[in-house]
Amino acid sequence: MRAAAAGLVGVAAVALVLEAVVRAGWISPLIIAPPSHLASAFEKLWVEGFIVEPFALTIGQAFAATGAAALVGIPWGYLLWRRPTLGAAYEPWIGAAFAAPTILLFPLFLVLFGRTYATTIFVGFLAAVIPVVLKTREAFLGVPQVLLDVGRSFRLSDAALVRRIAFPAAVPGIFTGLRLALIYALVNIIGMEFLIDFGGLGRIVSEMYFRYEIPGMYAAILLIVAVSWTFLFALARIETWLRPR
Amino acid sequence: MAETALTHSAQLRAAPRPTRTRIMLTRVVTVIAVALAWEIVARSGLLYQEVVPSLGKVAMAFVTLLAAPATYHHLGVTAWEVLTGFALGFLAGVAFGVPMGARRLFGDAVGPYVDGLATAPKIIFLPIAMLAFGIGIASKIALAALSAFFPVAIVTAAGVRQIDPVLVRVGRSFRLTGWQMATRIYLPAMRPAIVTSMRLGFGLAVIGTLLGEIKLSSAGLGFLANDHYNNFRIPDLYAVLVLVFILAVGTNSLMSRLGRRRGVKAPVF
Repeated sequence: MRAAAAGLVGVAAVALVLEAVVRAGWISPLIIAPPSHLASAFEKLWVEGFIVEPFALTIGQAFAATGAAALVGIPWGYLLWRRPTLGAAYEPWIGAAFAAPTILLFPLFLVLFGRTYATTIFVGFLAAVIPVVLKTREAFLGVPQVLLDVGRSFRLSDAALVRRIAFPAAVPGIFTGLRLALIYALVNIIGMEFLIDFGGLGRIVSEMYFRYEIPGMYAAILLIVAVSWTFLFALARIETWLRPR
Repeated sequence: MAETALTHSAQLRAAPRPTRTRIMLTRVVTVIAVALAWEIVARSGLLYQEVVPSLGKVAMAFVTLLAAPATYHHLGVTAWEVLTGFALGFLAGVAFGVPMGARRLFGDAVGPYVDGLATAPKIIFLPIAMLAFGIGIASKIALAALSAFFPVAIVTAAGVRQIDPVLVRVGRSFRLTGWQMATRIYLPAMRPAIVTSMRLGFGLAVIGTLLGEIKLSSAGLGFLANDHYNNFRIPDLYAVLVLVFILAVGTNSLMSRLGRRRGVKAPVF
């Protein structure tokens, strides 16, 4: 409680300082929008339809990318578990891809798909599918062997072992992968929207900048930070709530 | 112990461990299959001409790229932006991360804001950087610094929190001075965290710089990629991206190898 209050006081102090330096004329309001202008900037964004629809567009793309990542990534991760040779052969590659700056490939996707939702969703999908594959494989590898042995002593078939034991035991781990996937997809899609002036929330930042509406630009950036923050914390909450205690 | 070892390698049926040869064979077959599929798509005319150029054309473009003196000018600009931005972001990140880890109230107060900003895509801050520093090199440096700052601050704070209090107490009982405490106790204990934060921060500085260059710039590898794209020189675009990837993945694996070697070393005391 004390920390949360201190944090709010800190934010208020930063806002006051920014307001003061802009009003004193030390920094131009064309570089930093005075915080007192943000409320009207948000209102303007709202009236011009720059909040609800772009938000829905961005979130929709993020879910589409995550859904595609789940459809591809979960079976792939499962395969890498069932075939240890494939798992051992590809795991380092996928790990390297996780650290690689895949978003930099976007000009290629622009060439392939044009300035369409296919490009933004594909960039989100690429960022999302890797954690799904890695976490799914990890989840299956982490299924307690005792559970599988019990199933075997009941003479379950392979299919039944997977369906009744391995998969249910792996679900929490797979969910971790999906949580990361959704966050990565969201962030990469917003970045793409900004870069190619297309789609939802990211496009608004670019548009406000080119229109030179500085308070509107700050408002859109704050909105994006708030959306990423909400997703991060809400998903972490859902995950701890879902996990068996 | 035996149980933890087992839980990390659950299998449906007992099966022999995959041999090294089979793993290598799988990799070689995969690379050949992908290359073949690529060539087939490139030659089939299924996709719009030149969108997927044949590997030979990309290789030629790559050689031309490496032979052109202009490439090294752009590479130099990008390297300068990345290194300067990373250095600034790293120093600021450590300076912010240490009190975040050491002072509980401060850490708890700023933690949620740092986490939230760390998650948001940094590229959306580019317009602010361009308003403040213009559309030249300085705004790319600012974006690289901002990108590097958050992972460094977060990992440094975690590193400070994980320091074994016994080490600190030992240092105090030897009556070490503040400087000795920092160099003999805190720094060696935080070495793995610092190396990790450098690797993460550097990777994000590279992304921040290149995306900034692609969006709006007049020099750098990102500018070069964007220029090829706008003029539809697709094989050249592929060549630039291949170069960027080789450099990015290369530095990353070099840094993680460095971290592993350093991390194993016993702390100097």
